[in-house]
Amino acid sequence: MRANKSMQWMFLAAALQVLPSLAIAQQGEIHVGKVTGHADAGKQLYYRFCWGCHGFRGDGNGENGPYLNILPRNFVAATFKCRSTPTGTLPTDEDLYDSVGRGFTNSNMPAWISLTKQQRADMVAFIKTFSPRWKTDKSGDPINVPAEPAVTLDSIKHGKELFTKLECWKCHGQEGRGDGPSASTLTDSNDQPIRPYNFAAGSRFKCGTTNHDLYKIFMTGLDGTPMPSFADVIKPEDAWDLVHYLRTLQVTHKSPELALWMTTKEGAEIVKAQKIVGTPTGADIEQ
Amino acid sequence: MFHWASSSMKRRMPWLASLLVCGFLVLAFLLIDSHSASALPIPAGKVYAIPAFARKYGMPCSACHEAWPKLNNFGQLFKDNGYQMGNDRDAPIFQQPAYWPVSFRMTPQWHRVSVDRADINDPATGSMTEGRLTTHGFDLSGMDILTGGTLAKNISFLLVPAAESDAVFGFESANVRFSNLLKSSWLNIKVGKFELDNMISEKRIMTLSDFGGYQIYHYQPVTELVTPPTTLPFTFGLGDNQIGAELSGHSKNSYTRYSAALLSSNDGSVGVPNGHGYDTYLTFSQAFAAGSLGLQRVGAFAYIGRAPTYLTTSSLLADGFGQKSFYRAGFFGLWYLKKLDVMTMYTRGGDNVFLGTGTPSFSPLPAGAQGPTWNAGFIETHVTVNPQFILVNRYELIRMSRQALPVTPGVFEPGVSVPSANFGDIDALVFGYRYYPFMSSRAGFAFHNEYSVVRQRGVAPVSGRDLTNNSLFIGFDFIF
Repeated sequence: MRANKSMQWMFLAAALQVLPSLAIAQQGEIHVGKVTGHADAGKQLYYRFCWGCHGFRGDGNGENGPYLNILPRNFVAATFKCRSTPTGTLPTDEDLYDSVGRGFTNSNMPAWISLTKQQRADMVAFIKTFSPRWKTDKSGDPINVPAEPAVTLDSIKHGKELFTKLECWKCHGQEGRGDGPSASTLTDSNDQPIRPYNFAAGSRFKCGTTNHDLYKIFMTGLDGTPMPSFADVIKPEDAWDLVHYLRTLQVTHKSPELALWMTTKEGAEIVKAQKIVGTPTGADIEQ
Repeated sequence: MFHWASSSMKRRMPWLASLLVCGFLVLAFLLIDSHSASALPIPAGKVYAIPAFARKYGMPCSACHEAWPKLNNFGQLFKDNGYQMGNDRDAPIFQQPAYWPVSFRMTPQWHRVSVDRADINDPATGSMTEGRLTTHGFDLSGMDILTGGTLAKNISFLLVPAAESDAVFGFESANVRFSNLLKSSWLNIKVGKFELDNMISEKRIMTLSDFGGYQIYHYQPVTELVTPPTTLPFTFGLGDNQIGAELSGHSKNSYTRYSAALLSSNDGSVGVPNGHGYDTYLTFSQAFAAGSLGLQRVGAFAYIGRAPTYLTTSSLLADGFGQKSFYRAGFFGLWYLKKLDVMTMYTRGGDNVFLGTGTPSFSPLPAGAQGPTWNAGFIETHVTVNPQFILVNRYELIRMSRQALPVTPGVFEPGVSVPSANFGDIDALVFGYRYYPFMSSRAGFAFHNEYSVVRQRGVAPVSGRDLTNNSLFIGFDFIF
């Protein structure tokens, strides 16, 4: 009887030791599809690949931070631009995982597609250890993205009207060159000057390449930047019209929207006028 | 005299490194003796790691290098993309005008080299004897000037003027690359002098001592190196940079890679000696993820070349004629088991009988002559304790499977016979470590300790017994 009692105490003591460690392990884990990322493995990767820009403490103060004109992400603040979740909420693990693999074409952040899926998931798990927000807040629920309607001239023209009505032009400019009247006054949450996206330059969107990605950008907003969420302002079908119009502003990027827009006299003239000016990078210019 | 086929913590770590240094030195001095010295030729290693890229992109060395100069897959992808990350920072227009894509590398060192059965000319008696020769002292490596980067989007270059330790300059690399042709990563063309697309790169070798190089990349049967004096020597090294054009391609993440190169048949020499001949080099490799272990890669390669057997001279132009074929082919694997990674390679080599015996193509072959063939392989392990500390070990062997000349026991007579079936076989062992006291995106610095030993069968110049060389190397490898 006494032996049984002792055994019970031993089991209890063992359980008390094991349970907290299990809880800690779960805190340091993330799940992306079938892959489970582990923070301890991600830590080694972070201090191999990331600290030069994002810093030893993940606060964006790496040794190269002062030399970058788009500051590295501050993981301690846990404010992320590219999300599938509503503005002000934390992104999902998939959002962070996608960002690591996609990179940000207009910044120093490369696409880490050379790392395995496991390694990228491990990295995300470790990145989430920098901010206490991940312990107190949950990730937001991804927004619903309805099926994209067919591209029509009407949708493009309606999108053009929305572009004016929603005052997108104030920052992005009438031709989408990122040179609107407010452009020079914009700053991000770090009080750093920030440039609106230049559609005419033809470079990839910050948070993806597809229409679906573009839809998400202005329905979730880019937290930490002046780009707000329009989720409460426009209906989903209107948002798709805006997507279709924005594609026509990418005059150096072939798309069905641009091709359709060019069939109209108005569209052809606008595109022709925009192309002459060229792009800041000099890439893909058709003179 | 035979010429060997050699080429060239975190903050908590210093105490461990110091301990290892002491241990290493004790072990090394136990392994070697300390006979008196005389000079031996010391080939300099050429190691590619370019902090200019780190400065441009603001990344630490460890981002592209497992431990510099060894590339990891991210660095491989960067190289495969034509020194481009794929973002706006690639274009030169985004760089500060003062940015100059140049890096310098050199390695002040103390080293000790010993040969156990050297042919020693006794000046007192004028007779030739056999004995141990040892040399040691402070020394310098050669110097590499590494310049590379993008000229414009998808047009990149690499220029590496390199000096031997006596400051004789040459162009180790000089090429221009056109990347992502037709907007496809599968279509890239490089023209100029470049390293062959070897995934186990001799230019990024982790060992630096005199006998710590990859024997496999430079091996030639002794019958080609020691030939009758009238013969045009045949020299080739798979590790040597070659001149030509290379078509290459890769998947978006560089897991799948191929290359096909057309090269001048002159082992990378400039001025087109041995002209009008072309070689071909083909490679393919495939990587695959293995869960938490890391990225594994397997691949194959084949070099099919031609080399002249005699030289014609004229007042107008010299050229090599009587070209005969040779090949090197094999496969390799890069295996990652978390912090342990293992590189394995197998190579089969074969030379035409005229090349193998040093016989001009217009001359009759020696009796019983055959084209020499051999098998070679190595296993190299690295334990990357962390990006600042790596242990290196390699065992390499080369076995002749067919001698060019008939075997006459105990007798090596160039152009006539070899003393044994295993004449020229090589066993090589090297181990050491590199400690990087700091890691930054500005410069690289490594404390490098290494010991290597190579034994080759039957090639002692006087007695024809086995010849063993060893080398101890302690150096400060810096690049900025």
